[in-house]
Amino acid sequence: MARAILYDSTLCIGCRECEKACSAKWGLPYDDSISKEEKLSAHKLTTIRTFGERFSRKLCMNCNEPTCASVCPVGAFTKTALGPVVYDAEKCMGCRYCMEACPFQVPTYEWDKPIAPRVRKCDMCFDRQTAGKVTACTEACPVQATINGERDALVAEARKRLADKPKDYYQKIYGLEEVGGTSVLMLSAVPFEQIGLNVNLPHTALPPLTMQVLNMIPDIVAAGGVLLGGIFWLTHRKNAVARAERPARARTPGLADEVLASGRKR
Amino acid sequence: MMSRVHSYIWTAIFVLLMAAGGYATILRFVFGLGAATNLTDQFPWGLWIGFDVLCGVGLAAGGFTLVAAVHIFNIERYKPILRPAILTAFLGYLLVCAALMFDLGRPWRIWHPLVMWNHHSVMFEVGWCVTLYTTVLALEFSPVVFEKLGWKAPLDAIHAISVPLMILGVVLSTLHQSSLGTLYLIVPEKLHPLWYSPMLPFFFFISSIAVGLAMTIFESWHSSRAFGRQLELPLLQGMGRVLAVILSFYLVLRFADLAQRGSLKYATDGTVESWLFLLEIGLMLLAALLLFQNRINQSPSALYGCAVLTVFGFVTNRMNVSITGIERASGAHYIPRWSEVAVTLAIVAFGFAVFRLAVKNLPIFSEA
Repeated sequence: MARAILYDSTLCIGCRECEKACSAKWGLPYDDSISKEEKLSAHKLTTIRTFGERFSRKLCMNCNEPTCASVCPVGAFTKTALGPVVYDAEKCMGCRYCMEACPFQVPTYEWDKPIAPRVRKCDMCFDRQTAGKVTACTEACPVQATINGERDALVAEARKRLADKPKDYYQKIYGLEEVGGTSVLMLSAVPFEQIGLNVNLPHTALPPLTMQVLNMIPDIVAAGGVLLGGIFWLTHRKNAVARAERPARARTPGLADEVLASGRKR
Repeated sequence: MMSRVHSYIWTAIFVLLMAAGGYATILRFVFGLGAATNLTDQFPWGLWIGFDVLCGVGLAAGGFTLVAAVHIFNIERYKPILRPAILTAFLGYLLVCAALMFDLGRPWRIWHPLVMWNHHSVMFEVGWCVTLYTTVLALEFSPVVFEKLGWKAPLDAIHAISVPLMILGVVLSTLHQSSLGTLYLIVPEKLHPLWYSPMLPFFFFISSIAVGLAMTIFESWHSSRAFGRQLELPLLQGMGRVLAVILSFYLVLRFADLAQRGSLKYATDGTVESWLFLLEIGLMLLAALLLFQNRINQSPSALYGCAVLTVFGFVTNRMNVSITGIERASGAHYIPRWSEVAVTLAIVAFGFAVFRLAVKNLPIFSEA
């Protein structure tokens, strides 16, 4: 069963314990100045963002049909059955198409490393969840604004919250359908764009956009080869015909000339 | 006397560009992409992808266009400019590979897509196309070298496989030129509606043929001046006419597509995007309109001018797709760092220098 994270921004108090726990989990530095950087970077894989009185979390959405996994030429990203989208730095050649293509602008890069820079992103604590533990951010959250569990159960929980307290919530679940659904779900008191979430995303997965073109390649190769071969044969046959029709010269006729000549006689 | 001064100036410029490029190269490989570029997490692809790769591959399109015209469509009168076109394409692809070595985070893994397959990825297709077509171009160009060396056996061997080789080259080019457009199909929410279209692969392909012809006119003119050769005017006129038709076809399709998607309104909304879109379209439209004039078609310099307009229009288009059209949605403002520009200029200058050397020393323009 696929695991997921539910982040309820109406409960979030902006204490940033999730950031701290995440950095500790990845062995990244964390201090006051880093806590104030409200954006993802190679040294900050999740962040709390402030919108007036409200807070919003940003982390990899671990999409159901991840764009990063689809665009990566070497297959460095994998959508695991458990839910997390994991990254294998040993395959990565650093083309950064995943960053260009991610609809949530999540993957970040180790720009300052001249040797072996990596793409960095949250992988929903794949190792911890495999071991049956909840994600580090979930464990650290003092108010259960972030919870971790089966996706179906979390969707049901989110729906229950919307129904129980309709006045406290904007009546939608972010991540339910965005780009085909994600493993991170979010709730908000106000329309999502007011807490910095991108609401201009299609509700179908992105990978088919390129797949349907890539699927045409075998046909293009076959049809193109035959077409060009045919044109070649036609245009050069004209030459052969012209040569054959020229008055006889002092030369031995080739096989092609004989074939053409016999064809004309018939 | 004048020519000697000229040659000194060009040599000085060349040395200067190489020095700046060399310094930028050190920055890139000693201190990393962060120190050498203005790329950020929000804006991960910049000048090296937008110009060096997207434009580089496009400007090399003269190679497959002329191979198709001369060898497949058997239009023999274009044979005299086939070799320079193949040389340009070959150099173009080698330089694209060089640029990739700068842009990739781990360039020594450039071979990974050849063994680690992900057939869902357009970049995987691009990787294979670059590799295979560079190989095909090397083979298509090799007879020039073998002739120079007087090696008969390899020359015969190449000749024996030349027809399938050329067909393969044209097919690979078709795939590669269009796949660079396909790359951007995955970002419908990021790329500005003036450029995002399901037709992108087709637009990239058609415009590459146009710029391939323009580049062939461009280099014929330059070569004739640099090496004091007679210009093949009837050839250039023929290419100019075809160029006019292709440009018109391309522009009509672009507008039909914009109208059909209801995006024409963005063309005149006064944003940066709209101005750069109008610039791109204006350059190509002007080239097309001029090329239809008889007076223009009679003059080599005017044809050359139209080719330059086309090339500029093409480059603006590729930069618009890769940079202008992405900026707003990414929330980042990208201006290349000096070192990005320095590497790009050094690569271009290097290309011109090698072309010159090759033309001087190899039978490029003097094929039997």
